[in-house]
Amino acid sequence: MEVLQPTSWGEALAAKEEHPGAVPLAGGTDLLVELNFDRRRPETIIDLTRVAELNEWSHVNGGVRLGAGVDYTRVIAELASELPGLAIASRTVGSPQIRNRGTVGGNLGTSSPAGDALPPLVASGARIELAATSGTRVVPVEEFCIAPKRNVLAPDELIAAIHMPVATGPQQFSKIGTRNAMVIAVASFALTLDPPARSVGTGIGSAGPVPLRATEAERFLEGVLDEEGLWDSRGQLSEGAVARFGQLASEASRPIDDVRGSAAYRRHSLGVMAGRTLAWAWDEYRGTL
Amino acid sequence: MTPTKERTIAPPVRGGVGTSARRQDSVPKVKGEFAYSSDLWAEGMLWGATVRSPHPRAAIRSLDITDALTVSGVHAVLTHEDVPGRKLFGMEIVDQPVLAWDEIRYEGEPVALVAADHPENARRAADRLRVDYEELPPLVDPERAVEPDAPQLHASGNLIRHARIRCGDPAVTADVVIEGTYETAMQDQAFLGPESGLAVPAEDGGIDLYVATQWLHVDLEQLAASLGLPQDKVRITLAGVGGAFGAREDLSMQIHCCMLALYTGRPVKMMYSREESFFGHVHRHPARMHYEHGATREGELVYVKARIVLDGGAYASSSTAVCANATAFACGPYEVPNVQVDALAVYTNNPPCGAMRGFGAVQACFAYESQMDKLADALGMDPVELRMKNAMSTGSAMPTGQIVEGPAPVAELLRRVKEMSLPPAGHDAPLDLRSLPGGVSNTTHGEGIRRGVGYAIGFKNIAFSEGSDDFATARVRLFAAGGEPQVEVHSAAAEVGQGVGVVQIQVARTELGVERVTLLPADTTVGSAGSSSASRQTWMTGGAVKSACEAVRARLLERAAGELGGSPSDFSMEGGKIVSQTNGIEVSIADLLGRDSIEETREYRHRKTYPMDPETGQGDAHVAFAFAAHRAIVDVDTELGLVRVVELATAQDVGKAINPLSVEGQIEGGSAQGLGLALMEEIQVSNGRIRNPSFTDYLIPTVLDMPPMKIDVLELGDPEAPYGVKGVGEAPTISSTPAVIAALRDATGRALERAPVRPEDVVGLTEREVR
Repeated sequence: MEVLQPTSWGEALAAKEEHPGAVPLAGGTDLLVELNFDRRRPETIIDLTRVAELNEWSHVNGGVRLGAGVDYTRVIAELASELPGLAIASRTVGSPQIRNRGTVGGNLGTSSPAGDALPPLVASGARIELAATSGTRVVPVEEFCIAPKRNVLAPDELIAAIHMPVATGPQQFSKIGTRNAMVIAVASFALTLDPPARSVGTGIGSAGPVPLRATEAERFLEGVLDEEGLWDSRGQLSEGAVARFGQLASEASRPIDDVRGSAAYRRHSLGVMAGRTLAWAWDEYRGTL
Repeated sequence: MTPTKERTIAPPVRGGVGTSARRQDSVPKVKGEFAYSSDLWAEGMLWGATVRSPHPRAAIRSLDITDALTVSGVHAVLTHEDVPGRKLFGMEIVDQPVLAWDEIRYEGEPVALVAADHPENARRAADRLRVDYEELPPLVDPERAVEPDAPQLHASGNLIRHARIRCGDPAVTADVVIEGTYETAMQDQAFLGPESGLAVPAEDGGIDLYVATQWLHVDLEQLAASLGLPQDKVRITLAGVGGAFGAREDLSMQIHCCMLALYTGRPVKMMYSREESFFGHVHRHPARMHYEHGATREGELVYVKARIVLDGGAYASSSTAVCANATAFACGPYEVPNVQVDALAVYTNNPPCGAMRGFGAVQACFAYESQMDKLADALGMDPVELRMKNAMSTGSAMPTGQIVEGPAPVAELLRRVKEMSLPPAGHDAPLDLRSLPGGVSNTTHGEGIRRGVGYAIGFKNIAFSEGSDDFATARVRLFAAGGEPQVEVHSAAAEVGQGVGVVQIQVARTELGVERVTLLPADTTVGSAGSSSASRQTWMTGGAVKSACEAVRARLLERAAGELGGSPSDFSMEGGKIVSQTNGIEVSIADLLGRDSIEETREYRHRKTYPMDPETGQGDAHVAFAFAAHRAIVDVDTELGLVRVVELATAQDVGKAINPLSVEGQIEGGSAQGLGLALMEEIQVSNGRIRNPSFTDYLIPTVLDMPPMKIDVLELGDPEAPYGVKGVGEAPTISSTPAVIAALRDATGRALERAPVRPEDVVGLTEREVR
């Protein structure tokens, strides 16, 4: 097994072009486990931890460009006001040690439907910047993951960054695990309210082959908010609307039974999480929290 | 100075019995410098790997090692043909192949061994071993296994043991009758240090094995038999043990590692990965238990009928003894005049099950305590009051006919946990997610939460039962160095993290009045200490050290009498000196000994026990009993099924706390392990295959799952035991599981008949479905 250690982004892309089968290494919280369990023996690993450019975030075009190598600890510490949904999700990742190592880019690269960072990216309409020596392209996060642990990265491409709009309203994230810390999601739900755009974003984790959007729930809630003038009045959202939103979110999931939980429970819990996160977000919008 | 001529314990020495003396291994462990068995290394050593069956049941048609041998760096590929001696092993029943030859009985069963210069090469070679399996449908339902037409997995049949209790009138009736069926899942011991060791071939043709284990001498006997070596050619030294909880009682890599070392003539190290570890040791027996309780309207128990089926998996391990315990403790610590119990341990093609903390008493306690709550509900009685009304006490007869001697403070323990103050309801402002069900995963800000309170009490035997010749050996040497007396203690008691090391040191300090006590490494150059299990080591090895110290002291006093005149009984030991009680003459131990040393070895035996009668279960099978009660307080998110245990309170009689801090540690750890079984710990087995062999999916409690504890330690003193000690390690594991689940029932009103309780069960998606 060969381990390449580029020190610049250009070198990293060149290495990936030269070794299209190489597996990129960021925090290593997924890859090293697979190596230790003898599940995977790539011929080449490209260690990206020495590429300084990946570890930066900046404001670009009114949004945040999050380098793929920024770890969860920094997302929590530095981006809680710009990307609150992602920050809440980052707090639920593993242990402090894992959050110090794990990166949002790595979560995308693994493309597990249970990736904690993915639902907030979906809910906020994140776009993923993919790079190769030949150039750069940007794909919506929903198009990035195509199946469990599979994505659209070409063999010569690496994930450069994640582009997300700065939050214009409340964002929430909630995750079910069968213990109270250090747990992989049984199901998770992310919600973004965008008052200026009068739009609602959702993301469902661990309840489908890829992170999903609850499109009908979004349209329903946007409809209610518009019809009742609630964006402007900041009035109370009816219990019925909250319940219906939860139900539609639940119906948008495509879960399976597995060792972590049953499909029925995943569907059920998504309904509860969607309702609760909406109530929290709306309370926050109303200024009552 | 005491005027009596009776032997008195010398004036307090620092760090003696009853103090929280610092452990000999605590500082290196905290600093990360402690050498665990996985840290072993020898010049020129090879790495061993195990080839395991991917199928739970199969016939082996052929085995071809040719390819595996061609992998670079490979020094040996061994199969059953290379086992030098007995091809089977087993602690109680010798039924488990060292390496399988014709039939595979569980997923992960060892088939071949590889030694190579690098672990990676060993694994590559293991992948290249060609085994032609004929897959067979696995027998995975323990009830099915005892049907007459079931395929027979062993020549002896599928029934490992059927233990019975027949006590009182089988036809008796009662005013109030309740029934229930309960299940407990397969729990893993989840020790943090996977199986590992280093075998070094010796010049005399023998072998030196350094290994993390629980009982050196039972390993030795089995190793010698399978290696075809006389026992004096097999020497075992305990390596640093990273937890045990029963899982190291059976052999794992011991014979394999020695076979590879003897074959290659090189030191060989083996170290399981976490995944392999799930296949490499026995687990807690899953149990299915049907109970019927009859009581008077006033709440007096009239009868208990129980049928308990324990899935022993592919090999017997300690199933016979686990089955005996489930039987003997089937009714709980209550007086029940009429009892019918049938407990079966059976072979299946599931992973082998054996010893785990609580050993048969855990499963039964979940069932009988669930029944007591159900009965209280049917009677409209307070569940603690019902328990206290039926509590056994000293002098009570067990359903086995054995009279309970020694303290049996069942009602007292219940009263104490009941009377402890309750934690405040509600939640702190500002909101702290860590104090809520779901924790930092942000699932509730208070919605859906209901609080519940549950109680349970459990008990279990201390030390080995049913007539086993249970003893422990210790050697104690007193000598002087630099003008100071020193003591060396040597035993084979396995320090598995529980603290038996410092217990031995504390006993020697107290008995000889000497502070400088060194504990030698546990090995087989001294006699057996028995197993570090059954809550027995403090009592047994503590007792052996105590009696060896007494023998040393007697010789020292004889020597004093010889030198100074008078009789030995005129002298006592005080603070490193020998003092004459008649004329006050003192002499220091160092001066008295000069260059000599005094050494004594003693075996300690507890009183004799007897087998349970195979038809009636009657017999004085046990030495003594440990009791503990728990109160659990939970907050349940009733909509999501997530749980936060707010507090665990416990009261336990430990007889005498030799090391109070260690006692608390055992109680907290045992309670946590019971909480784990209540809420999350389960090896999920589907058609004979383990679905979650990792710490990603086999969940154990974190600091956010395990609450602060209130601990009330009673020291009632067992007259049978040295210093009055009782074993402390297992009792807390037994009652915490039913207490937590009782609290969940209190909060949700659901039946919750299976441990662990999953979120699905709490929200009612699996109602009435005992899987």
